[in-house]
Amino acid sequence: MRDALRPEAPFPAAARTALADATLRANLRRATSTIRRRRDQVVGEVEDWDRLRAQAAAIKDHTLRHLDRYLAQLEAAVAERGGQVHWARDAAEARDVVADLVVGAGARRVLKVKSLTTEEIGLNDVLAERGVEAVESDLAELIVQLGGDRPSHIVVPAIHKNRFEIRDLFARAMGLPDLAPEPTALAEAARLYLRERFLAMTVGISGANFLVADTGAVAVVESEGNGRMCLTLPHTLITVAGIDKVVPTFEDLGVFLRLLARSATGERMNPYTTVFSGVVPGDGPQAFHLVLVDNGRTRALADPLGRTALRCIRCAACLNVCPVYERVGGHAYGSVYPGPIGAVLTPQLRPDDEHARTLPYASTLCGACADVCPVGIPIPRLLVHLRSVAVRADEASGRLGARLAPERLMLRALGRAFAQPRQFERLQALARVMRPLGGRQGRRLPGLGGWTRSRALPTAPRRSFRRWWREEHR
Amino acid sequence: MRVSLFVTCLVDTLYPAVGRATVRLLERLGVEVDFPESQTCCGQLHVNTGYRREALPMVGNFVRAFAQAEVVVAPSASCVALVRETYPELAEETGDPALAREATALVPRVYELTEFLVDRLGVTDVGARFPHRVAYHPTCHSLRALHLGDRPRRLLAAVRDMELVTVEGAESCCGFGGTFAIKNADVSAAMLSDKVGAILASGAEAVCAADSSCLMHIGGALVRRGAPVATVHLAQVLAGEDNVCGQRGVPE
Ligand code: SF4
Repeated sequence: MRDALRPEAPFPAAARTALADATLRANLRRATSTIRRRRDQVVGEVEDWDRLRAQAAAIKDHTLRHLDRYLAQLEAAVAERGGQVHWARDAAEARDVVADLVVGAGARRVLKVKSLTTEEIGLNDVLAERGVEAVESDLAELIVQLGGDRPSHIVVPAIHKNRFEIRDLFARAMGLPDLAPEPTALAEAARLYLRERFLAMTVGISGANFLVADTGAVAVVESEGNGRMCLTLPHTLITVAGIDKVVPTFEDLGVFLRLLARSATGERMNPYTTVFSGVVPGDGPQAFHLVLVDNGRTRALADPLGRTALRCIRCAACLNVCPVYERVGGHAYGSVYPGPIGAVLTPQLRPDDEHARTLPYASTLCGACADVCPVGIPIPRLLVHLRSVAVRADEASGRLGARLAPERLMLRALGRAFAQPRQFERLQALARVMRPLGGRQGRRLPGLGGWTRSRALPTAPRRSFRRWWREEHR
Repeated sequence: MRVSLFVTCLVDTLYPAVGRATVRLLERLGVEVDFPESQTCCGQLHVNTGYRREALPMVGNFVRAFAQAEVVVAPSASCVALVRETYPELAEETGDPALAREATALVPRVYELTEFLVDRLGVTDVGARFPHRVAYHPTCHSLRALHLGDRPRRLLAAVRDMELVTVEGAESCCGFGGTFAIKNADVSAAMLSDKVGAILASGAEAVCAADSSCLMHIGGALVRRGAPVATVHLAQVLAGEDNVCGQRGVPE
């Protein structure tokens, strides 16, 4: 089965393919700039935004440092309220646990909400193999599912599609040839399609935005209200979440909910926030299972700088402001976690993956992501850190090391030469010899092909600054 | 006050006019300028590409070259950001405690040019005249690493006979990112093309910035397209060197 955290191609190649799609680029530009504008506006209204961010970062750091304790507390609290916790080391364990529970409950169809973590573990495929149909309750997830597609954004999984493409898809999948390409008509069509299926469901599967250790509560935040049906109608509810989703207390939840809605969708408060814990006889699901997934997270925790990525609350603000994401979209990152957070998370969850190692390079280090991140993840610092981790890993692995050898050898030699003024000056003379290559007609140089395709090389001057200084100034 | 100029390897090698303008500007403002000749490169390209260990000799060289300096000034936001953000750590990694101590002591004395002018010298009107229509490109490191804020614009606002035009999406990245422009050349080119389009639409005769590296990138596309827009460093505008606008693309 495909591992949803292993890119099928190195980033530059996948990005090239995506760049060729003009519709995709237009869709992304329109959508991200709208969310960006809204986010800036509502974040600007909060006077103590930076304090709130710092508080959230501190809570997350504290929780991650004592994760063992909080996870144990969470498990006890869930059990006390009639739920059951299952531990999954990796994606395979997680999807098997869930599939066994679903099949054990005798369900042929399950309703889903907040499906990112279940995408991470490849749940739908395993359910299909075992004869269970999964129905996505979220409009965007439904679009992705009906199109046989993959999500390309954390909050808006179908951001890569415009309303005309969605109309065509719905018209085909729902048998509605006259459907209008208007957002309200599309939402209504999805609602009717889903409602019909909701009522017959006996098992619901959800993700979680937050897990509260002291009460064993699960918080799910959504926009459409369909998720709430998924959380309340079925007899059995299975929640699948990463172990990084824990916060210590119910009060802490308040900090994160304030940050999340404004950062994610540019709303002051998200339309539906559902918080539930355990089982209440006669009301809602009568069986509750919480599947806690590691899948590489513990390993990421071991790196003091790298672990700050686990503060992430999946608001996708960093995607919406990223100039690279805006041009290539989420699929180019080859992981369920795209954009800047994906570029620092994926290689940490799959450190042995060669393609994942190209992700930290998918950034100009422009810093826009760190400016908006509501939990203050220093993404550019992490990117640089993970680049050096990648360089050292490539060095250690013979084959890939060979591929990167020219770059490594050149930079090592340059590093040595640049540390000595005499040798540095000798290299400057070389730049002058290359003068004829610069300017408008600039040749395409091997190794610099990418640069010279759309840019001229600079023309070196006749005299370096230091020579001018020596000869005329001093 | 005596300033030690860190001219940066890029300016030293490819854009000496920027270095000369910086010297003239500072001297005009009554500052004594020194150029420690053992300086070379801060190591930004290496560090940011992931070759941290390979950058350490450059870190050592930089710290030794400027250890005696009263104040270090550089016409580059990204080089200053690298020194400020990572030198204490990097110097630590050399395993030389004396070097680490010197680096930690040096870092607070390193300024980007507009920081030095506005914060240390307390000037915003440097007495320049630049009779052109100019677009200011706030580079990512000016904006989000050094938080230069309105310092560059305040300096530019005081320049005589200059018209400052607005560029759409001014605060978005030009797509350079050091080795990003080579490793991810296609994405970089897509970003650059949007940036250059916005600059051309602004009607500017020249685009200026606090980083020669971004100007090299933007200028590379302007030259390739044969566009009549010059790239000039902020230091050149503030030195009032209007002759640079007669030339196309990259000056010198
Ligand atoms: S890294 Fe920060 S900005 Fe990006 S999704 Fe996570 S919390 Fe949001």
